[in-house]
Amino acid sequence: MVIKKWLPALASAAAILIQLLIASNGNHPQADADYYLYVSIAGGVIALMCAAASHLHKGFDKIWSFKAPFWTGVIVFFAILDILTEKFCILPAIYFPSPSRIFGAMVSDHALLAKCLGYSARLLLTGFFGGAIVGILTGIAVGFSKAADYWISPIIRILGPIPSTAWIPLVLISFPSAVSASAFLIGLAVWFPTTVMTSSGIKNISNSLFEVSSTLGAGYFYRIFKVGVPSAMPSMFIGLFNGVCSSFITLMTAEMIGAKYGIGWYVNWQKEMMSYSNVYAGLIIIAVLCSLLITLLFKVRDKVLVWQKGVIKW
Amino acid sequence: MVGEINVKDVVQTFIQPDGSTLTALDHVNLNVKAGSFVSFIGPSGCGKTTLLRLIAGLTKPASGEITLDGEKIDGPHYERGLVFQNPTLFPWLSIYDNVAFGLKARKIYKDKKQEVSEYLSLVGLENFASSYPHQLSGGMAQRASLARALIGHPKVLLLDEPLGALDAFTRMNMQDELLRIRSEKSMTMIMVTHDVDEALYLSDKIVVMSPRPAKIEDIIDVKMFRPRQRNNPEFLRLRSQILKTLHYAGNEPEQEYVI
Repeated sequence: MVIKKWLPALASAAAILIQLLIASNGNHPQADADYYLYVSIAGGVIALMCAAASHLHKGFDKIWSFKAPFWTGVIVFFAILDILTEKFCILPAIYFPSPSRIFGAMVSDHALLAKCLGYSARLLLTGFFGGAIVGILTGIAVGFSKAADYWISPIIRILGPIPSTAWIPLVLISFPSAVSASAFLIGLAVWFPTTVMTSSGIKNISNSLFEVSSTLGAGYFYRIFKVGVPSAMPSMFIGLFNGVCSSFITLMTAEMIGAKYGIGWYVNWQKEMMSYSNVYAGLIIIAVLCSLLITLLFKVRDKVLVWQKGVIKW
Repeated sequence: MVGEINVKDVVQTFIQPDGSTLTALDHVNLNVKAGSFVSFIGPSGCGKTTLLRLIAGLTKPASGEITLDGEKIDGPHYERGLVFQNPTLFPWLSIYDNVAFGLKARKIYKDKKQEVSEYLSLVGLENFASSYPHQLSGGMAQRASLARALIGHPKVLLLDEPLGALDAFTRMNMQDELLRIRSEKSMTMIMVTHDVDEALYLSDKIVVMSPRPAKIEDIIDVKMFRPRQRNNPEFLRLRSQILKTLHYAGNEPEQEYVI
């Protein structure tokens, strides 16, 4: 279907026409510039180039044909939002800003947003990697050592199911700064699922793999790191994925408790100022950040678990 | 010639879930000559796999001892290679890396790299080096697991029903394959099986075991020339002898006279 590749470009054209031809409703506050129009034009140009490129390059054609309907949907969504807000003011103007105002908020607040993004990313990555590393190590210890299993498993069972944000009162007084406290909370949120999935992955390895490797001359540590860890990888990644998801939730909550900057803090602050276009701008940035991290995790997983291709689909 | 196994008065017991003790092997004595092919045959529960695992060193006997060339077996070692009924390949490693596993674990991979391809071609898998285990058929996976055990130059190769999960045709091919490998790389082979024909086709000596209490019932020397014919009169005679020992011969046919 040739038309499918051109759909995003057509949708952009339609979005631009709607903006140019339909007069704005006076009841909806105007943005200080036609930011949505610029975004639509930029999007339309990119869509045109992609459609043209897909006719020239076979590999890209495959990707673009698959993605084109999705991007069409995104463009149509913003066009409908535009109609419901700026054009006819059907939705309450305070809570539902027009796309122009959302993009405008990103432009006017870009310096602060970038700073907040940096703070959030730092906090999230410190917490995530800290929690993931400690989680994997704990999981390996619990999976292989009977003593570790005896002492650590009950702790996991008692502490694990408590949402890490419930520790806020305790953590706030025991950590020197709000940043370290928040990083710890995120780490805790990642640690639990990673530990549980890693250790259960190791415990489920068929014993014959270990027996075979010992008859091939593998020592104790070689068996742990070259047999135990790789075969627990698939469930380790499930743990990490759950960890990423709960780390986002914890990040947003943690930033609302005395952080100086951060996307969660920004969204909360702007909400209190009743400035909803900035709230949405922040939310869009959070969504992009989270989905980027998850995509990255999936890419790493596909690389590491290439041997699973054709065995398990998830 | 190396690879002589001596089983001296071995007793193996297991504690059952209800607390009682099960005697899995009751004072077993056995000598396996270096370079010979020996099969353990018997119904399930007769302790044949228990004995094989003891020789592999995966478990320790309750009493008695097993020696390889006079040295006491104390834990698993690459000089006693093991092949299970399931190929138990490492699913995250390519076939090449599976075969190379033992070399890498023993940190001699750098010096003996070329042996990996050598053993891959020995089992006819040179074109599948970069495949992953799940992409292989059952017979191919079992060959890979054979190559993985052979690359350690074991003095003894222990085979725990290695062909049990294969279809009849692949199975017969693999039997010839085993004999070919044995003639190329001289070693002792000990195989657990419950297929009487397979044991007769391959073995120099067949150890017939019986369950409850698990003990050696009979040791049969098979003195047929190779390649053996499965319909040879001697083959059939030994077959019925083994089945009789195992009480699977059925009732004697009633004599019928026609005048």
